[in-house]
Amino acid sequence: MLVLSITAAIFLIVAGILAYVLVKYRSRASNGEGEQEPPQIYGSNQIELSWTVIPILIVVMLFLATTRVVYTTERAQRPANALDVTVIGHQFWWEYRYPELGVVTANELHVPVSDHPQTLPTYLTMSSADTDHSFWVPRLAGKMDLIPNKVNTMWIDPQMKGLYLGQCAQYCGVQHAKMLIRVYADSPEEFAAWVEHQRQPAVDDPAVAEGRNVFMHNACISCHTIRGTVATGRFGPDLTHVGGRETIASGSVPNNPANLREFIDNPANFKPGALMPPMHLDTHDLDAVTAYLTTLK
Amino acid sequence: MTCLIIAEIAIFVIFVVAYIFYIGKSLSGPMPKDVLELPIFTTICLLSSSLTVHAAVSALQKGKQLLCSLWLAATVFLGGIFIAGTAHEWYDLIYKHGLTIRTNLFGTTFYSLVGLHATHVVIGLILLSLALLFSMRGEMKEEHSEKLEVLSLYWHFVDGVWVIVFLVVYVLGR
Amino acid sequence: MATQIPVNELHDQGAQAPRRLWLEMLHGWVTTVDHKKIGLMYIGYALIFLVVGGFEALLMRIQLAIPNNHFVSPEVFNGLFTMHGTTMVFFVGMPILFGFGNYLIPLMIGARDMAFPRLNAFSFWISAFAGFLLYFSYIGGSGLYGAGSAPDVGWFAYAPLTARVFSPGHSTDYWTLALLLTGIGSIGTALNIVTTIICMRCPGMKMSRLPLLPWIYLVMSGLTFVAIGPLTAAQIMLMLDRYVGSHFFDTQAGGSAVLWMHFFWIFGHPEVYILVLPAFAFANEIIPVFSRKAIFGYPAMVAASVGIGFISLSVWAHHMFTVGLGPGGNTFFVLATMIISVPTGIKIFNWLATLWGGKIQFTASMMFAIGFLFQFLVAGLTGIMLSVAPFDWQLGNSYFVVAHFHYVLVGAILFMVFSAFYYWYPKMTGRMLNEKLGKWHFWLFVIGFHLTFDLMHVPGMLGMPRRIYTYEADRGWMIWNLLISSGAIIQTVATILFVYNMVSSYFKGPIAGSDPWDAWTLEWSIPSPPPSYNFAEIPIVGSRRPLWDLKHPDDPDTDYEMGQADPQEKQEEGA
Repeated sequence: MLVLSITAAIFLIVAGILAYVLVKYRSRASNGEGEQEPPQIYGSNQIELSWTVIPILIVVMLFLATTRVVYTTERAQRPANALDVTVIGHQFWWEYRYPELGVVTANELHVPVSDHPQTLPTYLTMSSADTDHSFWVPRLAGKMDLIPNKVNTMWIDPQMKGLYLGQCAQYCGVQHAKMLIRVYADSPEEFAAWVEHQRQPAVDDPAVAEGRNVFMHNACISCHTIRGTVATGRFGPDLTHVGGRETIASGSVPNNPANLREFIDNPANFKPGALMPPMHLDTHDLDAVTAYLTTLK
Repeated sequence: MTCLIIAEIAIFVIFVVAYIFYIGKSLSGPMPKDVLELPIFTTICLLSSSLTVHAAVSALQKGKQLLCSLWLAATVFLGGIFIAGTAHEWYDLIYKHGLTIRTNLFGTTFYSLVGLHATHVVIGLILLSLALLFSMRGEMKEEHSEKLEVLSLYWHFVDGVWVIVFLVVYVLGR
Repeated sequence: MATQIPVNELHDQGAQAPRRLWLEMLHGWVTTVDHKKIGLMYIGYALIFLVVGGFEALLMRIQLAIPNNHFVSPEVFNGLFTMHGTTMVFFVGMPILFGFGNYLIPLMIGARDMAFPRLNAFSFWISAFAGFLLYFSYIGGSGLYGAGSAPDVGWFAYAPLTARVFSPGHSTDYWTLALLLTGIGSIGTALNIVTTIICMRCPGMKMSRLPLLPWIYLVMSGLTFVAIGPLTAAQIMLMLDRYVGSHFFDTQAGGSAVLWMHFFWIFGHPEVYILVLPAFAFANEIIPVFSRKAIFGYPAMVAASVGIGFISLSVWAHHMFTVGLGPGGNTFFVLATMIISVPTGIKIFNWLATLWGGKIQFTASMMFAIGFLFQFLVAGLTGIMLSVAPFDWQLGNSYFVVAHFHYVLVGAILFMVFSAFYYWYPKMTGRMLNEKLGKWHFWLFVIGFHLTFDLMHVPGMLGMPRRIYTYEADRGWMIWNLLISSGAIIQTVATILFVYNMVSSYFKGPIAGSDPWDAWTLEWSIPSPPPSYNFAEIPIVGSRRPLWDLKHPDDPDTDYEMGQADPQEKQEEGA
């Protein structure tokens, strides 16, 4: 805010001078011919000095203010009760792991709300599995890059319950645009319930055994994990509780059977360039797999 | 020439920085301390060639063409020993120790930095040989001394870079 | 105070020479080593790429005008912004500025050609070849993989996206090679400029009498040596990675992606100043002439330019506030970035002081220069805002940044380039540009520019990152993007007007004469267009503004420099 007001003030002053000069000193003769040349002025050391020193003072002030903010943000004391989440960027989706809670999920990050009597910030430890990404939820915090072979950290403390939208802010490949972030700030009770639910292995509903069978006998299992089954791939999102998410394809479309079916059939329908190949299942298998995944609440 | 050298220095600085940055970051062997030996002899050759080229220039300035050719020949000879030394070193590394540019980060940075320098040595040698050819045919006169001086400036630069490379690769990096 | 400048009365030879076969003319242009012809070829080549790059921008704006648009595919869009950025920086910005430099510097310092004419031609052709190579990727980019494609790694091509694994095919190789070659060309030209300015000034032109344009080109060329080197080195490393299998930026083998960022921005930020310094140079020549006053604070201007040159080498990591440098690193680059605003501010104040008390003539050239002043002020201020690291955590890599640097590149540099065209076109062709069309061009361009780039700050603040080929309808970005895109169309119309003006004035414009603006530097002492030998007799100068002295023998500049024990005292008297 300080920065904004200083720059605004500088803008007003300088633009004001510019406008004044343009009006006051415009050439009045219609043709410049018969006019006398104005007096020639070559410069003045005092004036030069003044408009060197004043900006330097402003810069020093801004610098000190900035330094303070940078240090308080990056060297903030970490409260003991803070939640740890590991964020791993993939082309083109987000993997979230809660190491202390044993939860793994994708694309939709759940964190407890951190309202004032009881601050509960979430510390994000970030890295990337492939190219550079950047985690940016504008209403929660500034952005932080996810870089392979480098671990970065940042923290967020949403003050209000609700959904916060964001997206990848570092160009990472073809589908950079549809690498969306959804952060849900839950009340402590809701969050505890969510964690409890996420820790369960996948639902095993006999009604969709056929779809389960199709899933386990196709290439799906080499990239996706469904805990409690033979599917233990790490290349794509964990699908143990995929049915409970509100969106699929990294936040690009709502999670409903029709969208899910279309996505499995050919991910390029929603996300051209997504790394998941079209599965080429026949209609019957496609329906069965869709039904199976829908039950994985 | 000075400008060109400034630009070249910028390029070398980047490669040197990359080398220093990656010291000890290789994920697998061979490591520099296992395979590198101090190339003391070739270093002495290269550094002394700086003196000989300087002698060649001052000889030409005094109009002693024969002396100039002699000093130039010495320079080319010393530079040739250096290049041969580097070639021998690389041969050992590749065939005895199995270190190539693909092997690990050390290989990557080592070959690119030393190779970049060796390329400059080769360019310098070609130019010096040309000068030698001209001076042996008696076509190099006193008035060309300025051009030879520019060439010697380049050669001094190449030598200077070697001092840095030597320190970084063989002393610091080991 | 013997001030002698022979104003040549030579008539234009080109008009009277018999018409030659076009093949001979082509041969003449291709084999020329004349700095003026090379300069014009640089400019022409840059203008072609300006149109191409502008067209790419237009396609992108059409795609982004409405959410979830399917005008182009994501692959094509990613290629478009990569090519747009690369083209505009390396194949428009650099050549157009080198072109003007090539053309003007020998004329302004009273030399007959550049120091190394052959090197000059070599630099031009290697840069031209690089541009061709870059666009050849549209045909040959994917090699055996199928149809061609453009490189799609972004103009700063962050590792490891450029690794073989993530960018198969050859399009990225074309990109790397093109940058490598144009870098060699730039170093060659910069070398030439430095040598020319240092060694070939006409008698009497001490460094303290050098016009500001060559002065700033000197700084800019020095910067080029230091900045292009890292780029070249980094490109060599990338080539080695892609072809030989080395591991500089291979994160799987312990390589570092951050290292590429450092290398690229060590080049990348000075590059911005390499581009903007010539714009300052043009302003330093044009603003005084149309204010009818000498530049205010010549020594301060020189000092500020040199200062910018040095400081710009230590600000690169302000592009990297979000990669986790740690608070120490971040604050250092915050400080460096803020400090650079001081010399820049000095320049703005000096220009204002030059205007102050003058008699300002609103020619098309001057209007563009004033547009430049205003927009550069805004760009500088948003730059200060972005230099504040916490601000940058929020706004970096968003459309706010896109708006900021387009304010610099378009609002400042392109405006000043247009201004330079209106100012020096008469010298280059011998004919005036149409002033009326010029003013239309100015107003349309200003409106389009502000519509596009003022509003572009807003979606950035609303959270729209750059380089996305589409966005969701529910984010509230649509109305802004629609307006931004409509501004782009107005700018296109204005640019078409400008091109039309250039072409039609070449044939029908009023004859300019040697000095249409009543200006003061040496290039105006010779006919327009200048003969191939420039000066029939090498001039001898006695002050910073030789033609002023000639036109105003009663009040010569020389009074303020010589014949005074302490020139500064006299300057203060003048103020």
